[in-house]
Amino acid sequence: MSKVVVVTSGKGGVGKTTTTASLGAALAKTGQRVCVVDFDVGLRNLDLVMGAERRVVYDLINVAQGDIKLSQALIRDKRIDTLNLLAASQTRDKDALTEAGVERVIGELRGAFDWIFCDSPAGIERGATLAMRFADEAVVVTNPEVSSVRDSDRIIGLLDSKTLRAEQGQRMEKQLLLTRFDPSRATRGEMLHVDDVLDILSIPLLGIIPESEDILRASNLGAPITLNGSTSEAARSYEHAARRLAGETVPMLFPSEKKSFLNRILGRRAA
Amino acid sequence: MNVFSFFKTRSSAPVARERLQILLAHERVALGPANLVAILRDELLATIAKHVEIDPEALKIKMDHAGAVSTLEIDVEIPTEKIAAKRAQREPARAATR
Repeated sequence: MSKVVVVTSGKGGVGKTTTTASLGAALAKTGQRVCVVDFDVGLRNLDLVMGAERRVVYDLINVAQGDIKLSQALIRDKRIDTLNLLAASQTRDKDALTEAGVERVIGELRGAFDWIFCDSPAGIERGATLAMRFADEAVVVTNPEVSSVRDSDRIIGLLDSKTLRAEQGQRMEKQLLLTRFDPSRATRGEMLHVDDVLDILSIPLLGIIPESEDILRASNLGAPITLNGSTSEAARSYEHAARRLAGETVPMLFPSEKKSFLNRILGRRAA
Repeated sequence: MNVFSFFKTRSSAPVARERLQILLAHERVALGPANLVAILRDELLATIAKHVEIDPEALKIKMDHAGAVSTLEIDVEIPTEKIAAKRAQREPARAATR
């Protein structure tokens, strides 16, 4: 049975697109049929993060409006053939996306894939509400920072009221993915800790992704961190999060503190 | 900035946590299920009005959130004479069916 997962956050720049690409690629590697869908009409970026920016011909709006067939718009990943991308339109207005159109596309995707990841745009407007509208569950991407936590709280409220599942009185499962986490700063009390964020948002934890230079490297290269052979902690954390999403029980690893030689000697804060 | 401020631990996370908790407690009430509270209020009033006449102002409804649980507080004031009148209405009817 297929699962539609919305990757959302409210706030921009917290790692929704990186997360969509990394979780999607991690699951596709295990043989699951995965489609990642970009809902950020006008500001698409999932194609770039996936390294498929030069292969986009048709997009979500073309399919939603019935101009072309779904199969014509799907871009199959060159590294893993179970991984597919449905790009957002870069030139169209975001109002070109209709609820009925999205419903039909999601319905078709359900027939062809095990996992459908909807990469939500930032904000709480049309694109964001349509990305979550037909989802079965949600990954709420949050940075340990006040504005991100506040916006996530707002998004959780919308997930519980504006999604089809919520309107039908069903439970909308939501899991927290804490990204850009810096364990040393949290230990020193300079950054909200995992428990603080969990306490405030009160949804279960899917994973903790440490701040890592490998994430930037992955988007520079257009190769999701779970695909490019990275052995970093961030890559492993994304792999584990994907396995938890698939229902496996994987113990939560708390990111280890990294100290430079100088900082170790001085015993003081890094950067 | 003196030489000691360099060594002073800067723990701003507890402040962040507290500010968020206070802010979100308000926002959840203001933005969250306000609509739900209004719907519940209307439906509760309609249900009660079917049986007892009440002043709409006499129904107080409040939703609170604490951690993972939300509580719904319903406070209805019904004047004693209204209940008595209702009972008086019903008693003869019951007597007749016997």
